[in-house]
Order: sequence, then structure tokens, then C-alpha cells
Amino acid sequence: MAINLLQDRGMPLDRQRFTWKDMVGKPISKLDDDAFTRVRVILMNGVETDALRYKQVLLRMNREARVPLAQMMRVEQHQATAVNWLLSADHSPLETTIAYEQVAIEVTASIAQMEPDAYLAQAYRYGLLEDFDHLYRYSALLDRLEGKDSNNITQGYTDIVPGRPTIVHHRAPQDDLLEPYARNATLQTKLNAITLVAGEYQTHDYYMNIGPVFSDPAARLLYAEIASVESQHITHYGSMLNPDESPFEKLMLHEAMEVWNYQACAEQETNPRLKALWERFLDYELGHLQLAKELFQRFEGRDAAEVLGEGTLPSTIQFKPQRDFIRQTLVEVPMRKDGTQFVGQDQESAASLAYRTQLNSQGSPSDSVSGGYRWTPGTELAQAA
Amino acid sequence: MENDEKIGMNRTGLDMAPMSKGPLVEFAQENAGRAAPATHGLEAIRRDYTLEADRVGSVPLPLSVKGMASTMMDKITGNNPEVLIDKMGERLAYERTGVRLYEAFLLKLEAAAAEGVEEPHVDIAEVRRIHDDERSHALLLAQCLLELGADPTAMTPCADVAGVAAQGHVQVLGDPRTTVAQALNSMLMIELGDNASWQLLAELAGEAGHTTMAERFSSALATEERHLATVQDWMRETMLEHAT
Repeated sequence: MAINLLQDRGMPLDRQRFTWKDMVGKPISKLDDDAFTRVRVILMNGVETDALRYKQVLLRMNREARVPLAQMMRVEQHQATAVNWLLSADHSPLETTIAYEQVAIEVTASIAQMEPDAYLAQAYRYGLLEDFDHLYRYSALLDRLEGKDSNNITQGYTDIVPGRPTIVHHRAPQDDLLEPYARNATLQTKLNAITLVAGEYQTHDYYMNIGPVFSDPAARLLYAEIASVESQHITHYGSMLNPDESPFEKLMLHEAMEVWNYQACAEQETNPRLKALWERFLDYELGHLQLAKELFQRFEGRDAAEVLGEGTLPSTIQFKPQRDFIRQTLVEVPMRKDGTQFVGQDQESAASLAYRTQLNSQGSPSDSVSGGYRWTPGTELAQAA
Repeated sequence: MENDEKIGMNRTGLDMAPMSKGPLVEFAQENAGRAAPATHGLEAIRRDYTLEADRVGSVPLPLSVKGMASTMMDKITGNNPEVLIDKMGERLAYERTGVRLYEAFLLKLEAAAAEGVEEPHVDIAEVRRIHDDERSHALLLAQCLLELGADPTAMTPCADVAGVAAQGHVQVLGDPRTTVAQALNSMLMIELGDNASWQLLAELAGEAGHTTMAERFSSALATEERHLATVQDWMRETMLEHAT
């Protein structure tokens, strides 16, 4: 079904209801469901929690919109619950981490290929190579801490090799920034960026929550290190968003992004139960978009079409392995940052080099955990001694 | 709800990704040279932190007059009463968790029976008896701790660590998706630990000169030995039946 953001009205907000049983249904199977089903679950939880995050900020800044914002957030809270509770309890926190990195890799790779702006496409590839490396470091930890093969989670879709080494991800704050997209950038560009900010935010928050749950000091160190990088990634992708967009323009774009992502999930889902959920929430999001458009028009006196164009959805994320693209992108591992620009390895900003030298001066958790690690089917213990 | 093992679309193994299998492994080998050098960094981190670590906490000091007197007496006779108090606290915590685990196990058994997929070798009435025994053992320990002047409501260091270890079993028993046989496996591990620990506790109490307490612990051990034998039989009979 072709969605039109200006015409499709979706389910009215007052008919979007839940029960606790509705929110807490049967989880997916870690063993039998397709890894891309889990990728969609994690991505959409990130999208919903970011919807809540943005509205909470907006609530603090606009007296008249507080009631509709609160009403939308109640539904989104329950959507996020219904989605996130699909993860089954037999995922250890570290296994879920592997899944989070697979989301970051596969989704970013798909977005990088859809991005029409060459500079932003470069920025996606840049971030991709870092999350790709995180998967490798966490795989080493999973193997060496729990004796488990991360491919049980990634299911053969994603390579487990080093990317840009995590030890060099640590940059001075100003070197994480990017030039924002233009006000008149394509809707594709805007939805791409808003999605990635949501994804990185949830990854960061997840690592900050579960890092202290580990008893192993090496795990605690690795989570501390990679959570710091994920915080940088929030800045990296967050700075793509145009700071001159108005608050309600951002709200409308966020809702459009949610519609766009639920549409992609509904189209590509292989688990019928989840497909029905994605379709239901697609309908809910169209209802939220209606409300966001009304707020935009009421508070800004502008037509939603100024932002959403003809209302046609751009190309959607492809939930399928992006292995060839990622392997080609590995030639960009030596790339570094200087302010908002991508530069060669020998041109990296002095500030980042100094920051990193100090931060790594008592050792590098990611290098220590993964020293000599080569992913092997069945864990490195399966290698001949 | 099913209780037996089924062959299905398990996607975790590499054989389920035949197109990717070769390229995935080859690419990992080709890129092995880009790994960080194989130092002993991981071991060094673990060693350094172990050397620097504080402990999880302390054994609470008996605050009652009787407890102080008893503790002092033990000290005078060359015993370290904190060891016994810590291990009794551990057993108390373990037995309390055990009660909850048996409640979860009973619920699983009753649900299976309601669906007509009960495991014939597991006797629900006997599970209830074991549950009740675990509870009475918890009460016994609380009473004995009071007799030593210790606080049975406190969490001792060993109780805390035993709780960490039990988390896996709590997850297994609480998961509506686990079968009776999978739950039995957890119960067996719980009973194995319980047996060895009661044995040790009876010995520790005897060594400290608490003869009556040691006798009560030995009696609890005898009950635990019956639990272990029962659960082990259920496990063996259930799995043999599933396998044939």
C-alpha cells in the first residue's frame, strides 16, 4: 500500500488503546526467528523512545501544546513497551548488545546507500565503520566471557572483523560535529538522519544501563569505552539535523520518520504476528502525524506540504544483509575527522589526537579485550590448539 | 504448550546460512591480521582489578546481648563465628529462593497438567512436599541465626553471592517458554548445591561446638539427600522417555 503523508489519516489518537496483556505478549524466539526480525524490533524501540524524548523536550517549551503532546506520548510509551518487550529473556545483555550492533551496521549501511547528499553519505559510512568495529570487539568479549559465538545472533548476515579500530574513535567533541542538512534538503535526507539519531541514542542508553550489570572488569571497561563512542555518535548524527528547523517542523518530521520506518517493517517482516503489529502501529503513526501537522499549522501558520512535499514516502530501509557494500567501505577505515570535515589519517585534528592520547593512556579496553581475536565459527575455542 | 523437544527452523548455526558460510569464514581469516596484537591485556585487566578490589560487603555484627556473648565465647574458644553466620545466611537465602523456584516449578507442572501434557514421572504432590521442606529449612535457619544473636533479615556476603548465582535459575523457572524437563535441570542443580552446602554447614556448626544445631542441620541434610535422589530420578526418567 502506497502511503501518502498528506492524505492518509490513520487511526485517530483517541482510538489507540492498549491493555497490559496487549503490550506484554509472546516474545520472539532467539533461536528460530530471523535476525532481521530482531533488527526491526530494536530499531523501532529506538524510534519510539526517541519520539518520547523529543516530545518531552517540546513539552517543556510550549504551554499550549502540552495536552496533545502528553496524549501522544502516552500511546508512544505503550508502543515502545509492546515493541521492546518482544525481546526474549534468554538474550543475555551481551547477546542483545551484539544484536544492537547488527542493527547499527545493517541499518546504517542501507541508509548510506539511499542518502542523496554525498557529504552525509560519507558521514554514514564513517559511523558505519565504527559500529562495525564495535560488533567485532563485543564478539571477542562474548566469546571470551561467556564462551558464545556471536554468529548465533547475527545468523551469518554480518561479517565479524575489525573496522576502524575503536581505540581511535575517541575524538575531541568539536570533531564529532557535522554540517547540518539544508532546510530544503530532500525528505529522504531528513528521515535518514532522524532515524540514525534515534538508533544511536537507544544504543548509548542501553550500554549506560547494562554496563554496570557486568561483574567482569574488562566488560565494564569495554561498555564504558563504547558507550562514550555512542555518545559521540549521537552528536555525529544529531548534528546532521538542521538547527534552524522550528520545533513543530521537527515534530512533524519525526512523526513522518516513524510512519516511514513502520511502513518498511510492515513490508519486509517475515513473522506474521509482528507484521500485524507493524501494520497496526503504522496506522497509529499516521494518526500521530495528523496531530503533528495540525500543531505545525496552528502554531506556525504554515502548510505541512512545505515540509512534506507531495507526501510521497522516500525509499525505505532495506532489512537485508549489506555485506558487499560494507566490505567496499572498509577502504575508508583510515579516514579521520577535523572539525566537520573528513580527512586523511595524517590530517586528523590535533585536538582529537591529544584527547585520545590522554584517554587511552592507562590502556585501551577494546584492544585488550580483542587482542589477537579472530572470529571462528563455534568460538575461538573451536580452533585447533 | 509442548513439553517435548522438536526439530524446527533454528537459525543460529552457520549451516542455516549456506550462502554466507564460506565467505564469512574466509573474510574473517583474511582480516585476522588487522586484529590488535595478541597481548595478555584481558588477563592483565582482570588481574589488576582483582588485586585492587574491595569485597562485596561484610558479615553483620550480632547486636543482641545474647549474640554478643555467644560471639565472644566463640572468639575465646578460637572460632570465627562470622564464618558460620555468613554460611547460615547463605543457606537461608538459598532456601528462600528455593521455595520460590519450587513454586514456579509447581505452576509449570500444573499448567502442563491442565493442557494434558504433564510429565508422568514427576509427582506433583511430592514437589509440594519438597517445597514445604525448603520452607521449613529456611525457618530453621532463621531460628538458629537468632539463637546465635545474628539478624536473619540481613543479607550476608555469601547470601548475596548465592543470590547472584541463582539468578540464572530464576530466569529459567520464570520463563513461560521453558519445558518441565528444562526446569527440572535447574532444580537438579539447585538440589546438588543444596546437598553439599548442608553437609558443610552441619560440619561447621559441629566444629564451632554448636552440637544441637549441628544435629538439626544433619537432619535437614538427610531430607535434602532425599530431595536430590528424587529430582535426579525424575530427570533421568523424563529424559529417557523423551529420548525413546
